[in-house]
Amino acid sequence: MENDIDRGIVPPTNMTRMTAAAVLLMVPIAALLWVDTYAKVEPVLLGFPFFIWYQFLWVFLCSFCTWMAYRQIDLARPRRPLAAAPLDRKKGSR
Amino acid sequence: MNTGINYPALAVLIGLFLLVTVMGFWASNWRRAESLASLDEWGLGGRSFGTWITWFLLGGDLYTAYTFVAVPAAMFAFGSVSGFFAVPYTIILYPIIFIFMARLWSVSYRHGYVTSADFVRGRYGSKELSLAIAITGILATMPYIALQLVGIQAVLEVVGLGGGGSVIAKDLPLFIAFALLAAYTYSAGLRAPAVIAFVKDGLIYLVILVAIVYLPSTVGGWGHIFTAAQQKMNSINPATGRPIGVFIPPAQSYWAYATLALGSALALFMYPHSITATLSSRSRNTIRRNAMILPAYSFVLGLLALLGWVAIAAGTKPIGLDGKPNAQLVIPQLFEDSFPAWFAGVAFAAVAIGALVPAAIMSIAAANTFTRNIYREWIKPHATHAEEANVSKLVSLGVKAFALVFVLTLDKQNAINFQLLGGIWILQTFPAIVFGLYTRWFHRWGLLAGWAGGMIYGTVAAYNLVNPVTGNHFAGSVSMIPVIGEMGYIALTAFTMNAIVAAAVTVVLGFAGVPHGDDETVEADYFADEGDPRVQKPVAAVSPHAAVH
Repeated sequence: MENDIDRGIVPPTNMTRMTAAAVLLMVPIAALLWVDTYAKVEPVLLGFPFFIWYQFLWVFLCSFCTWMAYRQIDLARPRRPLAAAPLDRKKGSR
Repeated sequence: MNTGINYPALAVLIGLFLLVTVMGFWASNWRRAESLASLDEWGLGGRSFGTWITWFLLGGDLYTAYTFVAVPAAMFAFGSVSGFFAVPYTIILYPIIFIFMARLWSVSYRHGYVTSADFVRGRYGSKELSLAIAITGILATMPYIALQLVGIQAVLEVVGLGGGGSVIAKDLPLFIAFALLAAYTYSAGLRAPAVIAFVKDGLIYLVILVAIVYLPSTVGGWGHIFTAAQQKMNSINPATGRPIGVFIPPAQSYWAYATLALGSALALFMYPHSITATLSSRSRNTIRRNAMILPAYSFVLGLLALLGWVAIAAGTKPIGLDGKPNAQLVIPQLFEDSFPAWFAGVAFAAVAIGALVPAAIMSIAAANTFTRNIYREWIKPHATHAEEANVSKLVSLGVKAFALVFVLTLDKQNAINFQLLGGIWILQTFPAIVFGLYTRWFHRWGLLAGWAGGMIYGTVAAYNLVNPVTGNHFAGSVSMIPVIGEMGYIALTAFTMNAIVAAAVTVVLGFAGVPHGDDETVEADYFADEGDPRVQKPVAAVSPHAAVH
């Protein structure tokens, strides 16, 4: 009666790639929460204070980081369909 | 200043409004299901939306009309700490949801969860914790819906409608708009806002891009705009003796800026309407792919925020029909002053239609939450799918009616205060939901205690913020963080306390041997994807077509 699903198995995962993905996701968060690094006017770009254009720049950098992380996770944990075994389960398995 | 009704703008506005109304009613035929009589169909669009539909839907859902009115208004009136934090907020939002929303999608798909409180119920086996999550979600959503109406009102006021005459004539346009919205949401469910979102997002992109390319040159270029903004923000407010606002955050505002961004980002996907739009997607990775492409909206929001400063340089005077200054009108007023009438109409339609999409999704999400976690849990445990859908449809009407009454009878400031509180409250559901996606270490009663502590602290701290000039409570969302001694977003402080209390109570209950609830999920559920079998519940809780995707 216990099948793969019930035993609560985690799909096989490449931890190096998962770590890389985690770092990629943390970078934009850390960069933008560190306000100290960008709360200034200079250098002005096309009339825009640094404070403004730097944050706009992170829209693109963040998208890029997320995309890289997506690829890493895709490779780290290939899709593994759940077994279509018996589905009705006892309550309170844990 | 307002000088009577702007007829060309009004005509364009009405034309576009009629277009989306027709689309809204037609939506029940779109990606037609055999029957809409289940929450999976009515409330989640059949869990069938792919990456692009989800992109439009989530974009239309998260970037609300109120946001589009309030963010530039805050920039115009108070500067960057109050307004521009929306940019880092909506950037770091996506790596954050990338991490956990896929797990929530998977476990919800496996077990047929429609709301986050459903998940909490299944994970912790606790009706009480689930109820707390559900009520918080509904309380936080109601004022948010009301504020969408404020967005429509701002547009109508600038067009020149709703000024004089009787109470009925004043509010009739708003009433008609909302009645139509309620009608097509009732019949088509989540499909209605999904279809309208295409028009909304298209109009928003069009209007903002035109505005940002065209307007700066008419007021002397970007350099002049930033100079004008800096001058205004640094000038002294005679009532307080301090600068009016903030141009670029000074060192004492770093914590405020960062905590506002982080707290808001953590909170946004705890709102029922965000969860609803996420769970309506087809596969586990749809939300992750969206995390890569949704920042396009953040870029537009940033441009829109800057329009608040463009309005400073343009000398926009946002004055309501009652003759009083009202910063909320600044963007519609800027558009009316600067654009030909017909294009101002397009811009107004973008804001007004922009209010309809989130209002529809929010009312659906609040109704689903009521149906699943209050009605079915506490009132009628063996409700069928059709009964659930019926209750949800009716409640969605009630929710909208309540929002309308709220806006028409109470001072707008109440809605704004409650929305501010709602942001603080909704973050208090984070530990139960997101921690729960990863670990069962926390005890259900510990999480409930943490939630209660966070709710109380957050509410009291917000109440204690008093505007020195007007004497009103709820004067902001930033207060002194205990221990750290910096100014920070109240929601995040309350959240930290919440987590600490939850952990402490968990340890104590562990020693006392108080049993955990039953967990109906297993680890593999958190990785399930489209095509995987769904768990069959005793009362046929899975919709009939689910297995034949």
